[in-house]
Parts: sequence; C-alpha cells; structure tokens
Amino acid sequence: MKAKEYVEKVKSREISAVKTTKGILNEIKKINGTYSFFNAISENLALELAERIDKNPKGKLAGLPISIKDDLCVKGVETTCSSNILKGYRPPFNATLVNNLIREGAVIIGKTNQDAFGFGSFNVNTDMGIPKNPVAFCGVSGVSPTYGLVSRYGLIDYANSLDKLGPIAKYVEDLELVLDVIKGYDFKDSTSLKQDIIKEKEVKKVGLIKETLDVDPKIKDIILKKLDEMNVEYEKVLLPKTSKYALPSYYIIAMAEASTNLAKYCGMRYGQEGKVNLPFNESFSEVRTKNFNKEVKRRIILGTFTRMAGYRDAFYLKAMKVRTLVIEEYKDLFKKYDLLVSPTMPIVAPKLSEVNKLKPRDHYMMDVMTVGPNLAGIPHMSVNAGFYDKLPVGIMFTANHLNEKRLFQVGKGL
Amino acid sequence: MKIDRKILQSVASNARLKLSKKEEDELLPQLNEVLEIFSGLNNLKTDGIKPSFQPVEVKNIFREDKVNKCEEDMLQNVKNKEDRYFKGPKAI
Repeated sequence: MKAKEYVEKVKSREISAVKTTKGILNEIKKINGTYSFFNAISENLALELAERIDKNPKGKLAGLPISIKDDLCVKGVETTCSSNILKGYRPPFNATLVNNLIREGAVIIGKTNQDAFGFGSFNVNTDMGIPKNPVAFCGVSGVSPTYGLVSRYGLIDYANSLDKLGPIAKYVEDLELVLDVIKGYDFKDSTSLKQDIIKEKEVKKVGLIKETLDVDPKIKDIILKKLDEMNVEYEKVLLPKTSKYALPSYYIIAMAEASTNLAKYCGMRYGQEGKVNLPFNESFSEVRTKNFNKEVKRRIILGTFTRMAGYRDAFYLKAMKVRTLVIEEYKDLFKKYDLLVSPTMPIVAPKLSEVNKLKPRDHYMMDVMTVGPNLAGIPHMSVNAGFYDKLPVGIMFTANHLNEKRLFQVGKGL
Repeated sequence: MKIDRKILQSVASNARLKLSKKEEDELLPQLNEVLEIFSGLNNLKTDGIKPSFQPVEVKNIFREDKVNKCEEDMLQNVKNKEDRYFKGPKAI
C-alpha cells in the first residue's frame, strides 16, 4: 500500500495507527535480535504519537510509521551514530526534520543501525538518512535532494559541505510525500536554502552517462532495458572529469571535514566520559582511542593529514577546485538534458564474507557512481530497475539543482 | 607524497589518537594506497579555478544576538558536572 493511501485510511478511521504501530513494534522486536537493524526502538514515543493520531487523525503523514537513521537526534531516544563514543547519549532536542515529521502526524518507531558516523559503503540504511547504496542493494527507492533543501539541524555531521538528508521508501510517490514535509528553510541551519523546488517537471531528453556503463554487462543490460521501457529520448553523454576525479575529490573533502567534526568527541558534554583527573590531552586521547573504531580512526588520520600545513593546498584546496570543475561539467550537460542516468552501484549486494575481503581503497571505489552528484550537491534518486541473480539492481537519475520534480516524474512512471 | 611512520605518529597525536606499533604497521600501507588515489587529482589542471567550499552558493545567515532561555537540560547527559557547568580535565 502506498503511504498516501494508508494515511487516507487512517484519516477515515478505517485503519488504527495504534494497531499498526503495535504490529510493527512486535515485528521489529521479534527479528531485531538476529538482524540488529534497529539501534533503539522508541516504543513509548511511537505509541504516544499513534494514540494522538487515533484521537485526532490529521496531517500529511497521519499515522505513518517512520524510522530515523541513528545520526539524527530524537529527543529522549538514545542516539549514537552507531559509535561507542556516543553510547548512552539521549538528545535533549529533536532534529528539525524529526519535528517536521511529527508535526504532520508521523509515528517515529526507532533509530536504525548504520556504519559508525556513516563511514562505509555497505551499511544497512533507513527511511531517513542519506540514501544511496542500501537503496540499490535492497531494491527500494531513495532520493538525495538538493544540498540545503532539507534542514540538517540535529544531524550528527559527517562532512558539512556534502551531507544531505532524504527519505527511503518503497514507492517514489512516498518519497515525494515525505520530502514535501521535511524540506524548507530553517534558520537553525546556516546552509539552509531559501529557494524551493522548481515547478517544471517535464522530462524530454535524458543523457546516459557512458563512463558509468563500464560495469558487469548484466547490470548494464538491466539499465538499458529500463531506459527503453521509459519511452523517452536518450543518448550517451560523457562526464570525463567527474568520472575520473570526483571520487578522490569527494573523499578528501569528506575525510577532512569529518576529522574536524569528530574533534568534538573528547569525553566531555555527551557520550562516553573521559577521566577528569588526567592531563587534558591524555584524557581526550584515551577516550577517543578506546571508543572510535578502526575505520573512524583511519578517516580521522587521513582527514587530519590532508588539512595539515604543507599538505592542505595539495589535497584539501585542490579537491575544492576540482569540485568547481565537476559542478561546471554537470551544469553544461543540464543545458541540453533534463536528467542524467546511470547504474546506482557497480555491483549487486555482496556477501559479508566478500565485503570483509575488500581493502579500504576497494570500499571507497564502490561509491564511484554516487560521489559526483553528492560533490555537486545535485539531487539524485535511485529506484529498482530489475534483478540480477535474484538481487536488486538500482538505476540512478540525476537532475540539476532544485529539479526534484523531474526525478519524481520519471520515477513514478517506472 | 607518502606517509611515513614519523608523519603518521605526528598526525595521530594531532588528532588525539594513540596507535600501537601493530596499528601503525597495518595503517601505513592502507593510508598510502588511499593517498595514491588522492594524488591522482594532480593530473587535472586547476590553475585559476576558484574553489567551491559549498556545492551551492550559500550566503551568511545572521540572527539577532539575543539571549534566549534554554528550555532543554544540556547537562542531562553527563556525570562530570558541577553546579550548572560541565567538568573537564585540568587545562593548566
């Protein structure tokens, strides 16, 4: 059932939000021991919100159960970003996005698991968060909106010039419904945009990014077949600078910014506490060394290195200049094409044993399709295109800044 | 450009992380492999190109410098506190 249909049924009292919520909570509790997909189940909050809706069924999301990725603050519910260093932290406030959802009647059921601080390519992901890889691997839909469209107040930052928040759902219609609720200017986020999504939604011409077709031929075939079904004019286009340089540029910026963001975890104010009787550097080092995992340490070290005197211009500043060229390359194509299209991931979901064999550089290479749009802050959406050996393959559409309506227009037709 | 043991130790110390000899041995080749990818950017000319610190143009957002009452209990998450203050290790 599509979200809108469900919400209508809640409003006409055909469906009880409390009953749905109780059913979902029971299901989560039954299987979470095996899959650990929830870090925290917010049972009390969920039931309180659902009861409120059953009494007064109002709002664009009335009674709709939504899970929140564990990098967004939900008042009173343990929020850890899946890192030990934040274990026990209960935010005294809601992220703006969470407030917006609750205002429109959503039922917050819990906090979903992720890689610590979002550092990884194979995380289980959620209904809310930065969706890309898991969307394709799970065969669902997800949209990453224009940079600044959705307030990040209350997000535990990873990389400030890259982070965006967007929904994951089964249907594209649901993405549109939820994005409409969470977008909008917020004075609490200094990078929040005052402009809204552009009304134009017509898709006449699509550019198929040639460099992204250098994947398993079966994945390529699924993408081409889907494009043919779409009944829209398309031709192959080139993104030479983006396909070669977006990945290193993205990772330099991501790690540099992450290393500064993670400097705040020093054993004071929230999360794991340091010993106050030690000299301060030692107290900070002890708590950080003990509670950050390997990948987090690796990224902090790389990020700190690329910002250090003597290396900053060669890495961090260079990456920012490359970003300018990547944005220009996309903007040039958007003069001629309404959307660009590519596979979302170069592979289908790997087994855990296969992931464990990968080196850090192989992990980073998995993001080769999605780093370009993230670097340029342009909206992109992944939807299921078909199956390869029973595993889902995602197709990704990318649009110019604030052209989300074009994404939804093609997505709804698939 | 390569990271050697000395640079790694200095970076780790700046980042307030302690690494064992074993961790250093494991990290050194991994970091250099990633740096090699990073160094690939040198093949792209960027002379005269302005850096984009944000993907879209963002203007400074100001608000009135007014003290508001804080409704939330910011001290609720710590044991190390005294009166209305966070307590940390001695700085001097």
